[in-house]
Amino acid sequence: MTERTPSPAADLDRQLADLEQEIERLRKRSREQSVSVDAELGPLLERADHLRVQIYTNPSPWHIVQLARQSQRPRLLDFVGTLCSDVMELHGDRLYRDDPALLAALARFEGQPVVVIGHNKGKDTKENIARNFGMPYPEGYRKALRAMRLAEKFRYPVISFVDTPGAYPGDEAEERGQAEAIARNIQEMSRLRVPLVVVITGEGGSGGALAIAVGDVVLMLQYAVYTVISPEGCAAILWHDASRAREAAEALKLTAQDLQTLGVVDEVLPEPFGGAHRDPDATFAAVREALGRHLQALREVPIEILLDRRYKKYRRMGRILEESEQSAQSSQSPRPLAGDG
Amino acid sequence: MPAGIWAKCPRCRNLIYRKELERNLKVCPKCAYHHRLTAVERLEITLDENSFREYDAGLTSTDPLGFENYPAKLSEARAKTDQAEAVITGEGTIDGSQTIIGALDFHFMGGSMGSAVGEKVARAAERSYEQRLPLVIFSASGGARMQEGVLSLMQLAKTSAAIGRIHDAGLPYLSVMCDPTTGGVTASFAFLGDVILAEPGALIGFAGRRVIEQTIRRKLPDDFQTAEFCLQKGLIDMVVPRTEMRSALARLLAFVGAPRVLPAAIEPAPAAQP
Repeated sequence: MTERTPSPAADLDRQLADLEQEIERLRKRSREQSVSVDAELGPLLERADHLRVQIYTNPSPWHIVQLARQSQRPRLLDFVGTLCSDVMELHGDRLYRDDPALLAALARFEGQPVVVIGHNKGKDTKENIARNFGMPYPEGYRKALRAMRLAEKFRYPVISFVDTPGAYPGDEAEERGQAEAIARNIQEMSRLRVPLVVVITGEGGSGGALAIAVGDVVLMLQYAVYTVISPEGCAAILWHDASRAREAAEALKLTAQDLQTLGVVDEVLPEPFGGAHRDPDATFAAVREALGRHLQALREVPIEILLDRRYKKYRRMGRILEESEQSAQSSQSPRPLAGDG
Repeated sequence: MPAGIWAKCPRCRNLIYRKELERNLKVCPKCAYHHRLTAVERLEITLDENSFREYDAGLTSTDPLGFENYPAKLSEARAKTDQAEAVITGEGTIDGSQTIIGALDFHFMGGSMGSAVGEKVARAAERSYEQRLPLVIFSASGGARMQEGVLSLMQLAKTSAAIGRIHDAGLPYLSVMCDPTTGGVTASFAFLGDVILAEPGALIGFAGRRVIEQTIRRKLPDDFQTAEFCLQKGLIDMVVPRTEMRSALARLLAFVGAPRVLPAAIEPAPAAQP
């Protein structure tokens, strides 16, 4: 593959976007000039439908990455605004500043008090600059932990919405302990004494996602992705060529379906044909139903059992090989360190 | 380092008599550069002689994603290091203080954490919990192992949860960061120590220097993300030269109440619970 060649999926996307623009232009002309454009419109609509079917019937992992990053995809504030009432945002980590890339709030879900946390990606450049593209600094993660401590104190469940390219890779973020903030959250979420439900709605970017994604139940939208490294980053390391991201997206097994197979995600929530942004209401309904069902079930589990289950759930993750029974026996009984290194 | 009587220091470029370098625990006698150690070397200079009993030596990663070239890379790393995985775990004594111990090996695929490394670290933490012993982990890692995808990411959760149990039980966990300790290992067990120590000059950080420079469009100072930088920023407790690390750990373990074993009483410990 040569450098900067648009992938076939991206190419189909562009064709569709161009067509949609053309269709919109025709319709506008029809409205403004009261002329019929049906003759011109018909073939275009047909071609657009054909493209959509081509794209969305069986989207490739790379195409799913594009869908997960789609600028019109429902964002945290859309989910919270639609699914919750009585929302009261909490600000600041009490240590350094308020991080707008991460939202923490008290809210009601189906009338019940909850604590909501989530990556606060924007929908346009202005919003994204204000919210750092949903890439938190350590203070964002510490604000989230502070909110989770509140949840623990008042016995409210936590709902966490995940949608980030990753933790912000900046010098100040490093100086203030990005790694420590993420590690602390992961550890504390593994033993937080209230139910935790996670919804991965867009991009699940590595440690920056996991820092608010440890849960009793992890839900994932059908066209969200969750990965240890971005496809671009993976391709750059593996092949010294970021333009091979499409191949990396396949190799990384980052789709909701892959992650369910790997035991990392508990349930995949279906999205409308073409992605969540094509019918946000259907997406909200699917999330509302699943959240309601799981929160209801989790409320009935005694906390010690819930914590034990949560521990074991993460304890089991991964694939390992142990030596055959006989040699495993000897490896379990202690053996001294082999001679000189 | 190639075999031979002389070794070249990668920092000051001086030729050093190899025996002298070894005697000095692979710290350059001219410029104090701390050469990277293998996990075996690390355990040897840290633990009391013949006190080490290894756990889970036969535990390895598989290729869960069918990732390009991963099995070949694993075999290559095994051949190169003569180790099954990028961490060695077990139990031993440090100046008579009993402890569970782990050492990551940067020479094995950059010390990267896949399922096996995560599993071994988690098991070490669980043994610490079950046997009411302290835990000491030497980290040296580039982060999560890309070839195991999100399963590697999940090892951050697995190890951090296991460390959480040690803290709940009131047991001490000492984390030692060696060169380099970055990425997913910093964002999990390495930064969760009750006391965090580091070797001089060790690279310690979450994001890589190049990525940060591209993001902020500025050059970073040379000392950025060094152990000394982290100490100054309040991220770690102490920077300890290698020649003093063993005694620093012994002193900490004695202080926080590790069970003492008199030299004469050191004998093979009972078999660990699987």
